[in-house]
Amino acid sequence: MSQTNIGDDEVDIVIGALHADLTSFLNEWRPLFSRFHLIIVKDPDLREELKIPEGFNLHVYTKSDIDRVVGSSYTAINFSGYSCRYFGYLMSRKKYIFSVDDDCIPAKDDKGLSVDAVDQHITNLATPATPFFFNTLYDPFRKGTDFVRGYPFSLRSGVTCALSCGLWLNLADHDAPTQALKPGHRNSRYVDAVLTVPARALMPVSGVNIAFNRELAGPALFPGLRLAAEGKLRWETVEDIWCGLCVKVVCDHLGLGVKTGLPYVWRNDRGNAIESLKKEWEGVKLMEEVVPFFQSVRLSQAAVTTEDCMLEIVALVKERLATLDPVFARAAQAMADWIKLWKAVGSGSGSSRPSNG
Amino acid sequence: MAAPSSTATPLLKDELDIVIPTIRNLDFLEMWRPFFQPYHLIIVQDGDPSKTIKVPDGFDYELYNRNDINKILGPKASCISFKDSACRCFGYMVSKKKYIFTIDDDCFVAKDPSGKQINALEQHIKNLLSPSTPFFFNTLYDPFREGADYVRGYPFSLREGVPTAVSHGLWLNIPDYDAPTQLVKPLERNTRFVDAVLTIPKGTLFPMCGMNLAFDRDLIGPAMYFGLMGDGQPIGRYDDMWAGWCVKVTCDHLGLGVKTGLPYIWHSKASNPFVNLKKEYNGIFWQEEIIPFFQSVSLPKDCTTVQKCYVELAKLVKEKLGKVDPYFVKLGDAMVTWIEAWDELNPAGGSAKRPNGTA
Repeated sequence: MSQTNIGDDEVDIVIGALHADLTSFLNEWRPLFSRFHLIIVKDPDLREELKIPEGFNLHVYTKSDIDRVVGSSYTAINFSGYSCRYFGYLMSRKKYIFSVDDDCIPAKDDKGLSVDAVDQHITNLATPATPFFFNTLYDPFRKGTDFVRGYPFSLRSGVTCALSCGLWLNLADHDAPTQALKPGHRNSRYVDAVLTVPARALMPVSGVNIAFNRELAGPALFPGLRLAAEGKLRWETVEDIWCGLCVKVVCDHLGLGVKTGLPYVWRNDRGNAIESLKKEWEGVKLMEEVVPFFQSVRLSQAAVTTEDCMLEIVALVKERLATLDPVFARAAQAMADWIKLWKAVGSGSGSSRPSNG
Repeated sequence: MAAPSSTATPLLKDELDIVIPTIRNLDFLEMWRPFFQPYHLIIVQDGDPSKTIKVPDGFDYELYNRNDINKILGPKASCISFKDSACRCFGYMVSKKKYIFTIDDDCFVAKDPSGKQINALEQHIKNLLSPSTPFFFNTLYDPFREGADYVRGYPFSLREGVPTAVSHGLWLNIPDYDAPTQLVKPLERNTRFVDAVLTIPKGTLFPMCGMNLAFDRDLIGPAMYFGLMGDGQPIGRYDDMWAGWCVKVTCDHLGLGVKTGLPYIWHSKASNPFVNLKKEYNGIFWQEEIIPFFQSVSLPKDCTTVQKCYVELAKLVKEKLGKVDPYFVKLGDAMVTWIEAWDELNPAGGSAKRPNGTA
């Protein structure tokens, strides 16, 4: 049960449809989704008609909508594959967005009870994050726990949480080499914790199961780092990892929080790690440059909104990464285009640094 | 790639000492007997040295009371607290082993959700013997645990990890709250079993609780000084906190890891919150200055050993925190005394120069 006052009408659930038949997916999620507005974005590469069961309050966007809204002015942005969901983020007008891959279904917790992923994400976003000092009992705002001895009192009010990263049971989000090495490995450990990722600590954000505050994080979630041979399996992408690093750097600079942990979703088995590895190893190689780059990013005092921060990051990508690989030059262009597109089409004016920041 | 740990955890019975501070009795050891009996115990008896503390039969131990501490350290004994469990760090100093596990005498064996008794020591050993990952956060927690691994996006060049210096365990039942929180929530009990071990990222400070703690003495021992607390001091119940902040800054500087999470122990006794409030009172105000101090500490490149880092820290404590209260000048001096005493009792280890002011 959510301890918050967030109305259902403040939430959009955005699904990127990489599969045409969403019947069983939506039916599995029906008890949790039926009271919310859904935005379904069809992968522009998908030829077949979408099959969507009755009884949902939803809006469907397809290639023609994308072409109409985006037009030909933003050529660096490619919404195909997993990136189609970002069009949904652009079109949404709600405060919070929950997004989950279309090969995931609700999970059960360690007591066998069904996990309400939407409710947990909303709770994570609506309660403060605590990035400046680590609480050893994890999220102090969860019921039954608190700040521990030694936690400075001045830091106990916390900061706004901009991003909530959930986890996965069954097929965890490992990269292809890892899964290929242990083909039978499935995640069965249910860790009953939510925690704030500390300030200045970076992490790989998986797009499989996330939720965010649209005004604060929206401008930093976009189709940026597109691999040359990017495919329709998560093993063949790193676009979400790139966005997550942008979001974390922005949040650290603006004094916002990122939480990780609950909720879990159940991720169905799909694809073949070895096949993906043969086809796409570029992502793994690029991380070696990407992570040190983001660890070295320092933003100026003048950057007080997410958009400001993103524009500074664009400049740094052009300066330091673009020469290493053309994929980074394209990412920088995509980022710059996205900010323009967000300003033109997305609502809201982005986040501001708190006045005492 | 994270290595699967399907082999049995080594006992390390000749490489690990269990340090227990006590002022009353050691009855709690009976419950721990199946897990602790193979190990050597170092009992640090606080309070009245004329009292006899009975150690249950069958344990191999050495016991030190205040008279022993004074005899062994002479004038340097001034750095060891009296009437506070901070005195336990004397046990770290006299140990000759590589690893230390320390536990409070009101901590018992906990049960996991399946009802099985938790061998806390075994989990600490697992944590210490596997690498930490402080440079990039793994969202599936410790990738070296059985059944876990690194997630997509984690750079391969960072997957070897770094040596683990500290394993910080948690507590079911009575949580480690400060006095104000205890007063507001006297009935709150920690019933949530979180099945995770994780590395605390580099650059992040945390409140280190000494109730259920293990560390690699060779890697970080000299930084585990539990400060000046208790009798004759303006503060108490900040011993482990102080050690934790010094330890984390040192580990971050030297590229060592600190893990937190499992194992759980069952904490049975809630101390009196009014007594606690009197002890913690200054700490609650001072920590507002202390935390920014530790967050901004930068140790010079030539601090290549724990002792050098610690002596430099002591200097900075006196310089920067001395203005908060003269206690910190005394504490800085005690930190230096501690290192001198450590090096005297542990001559083979460490390459620290005599802390005579030059780094």
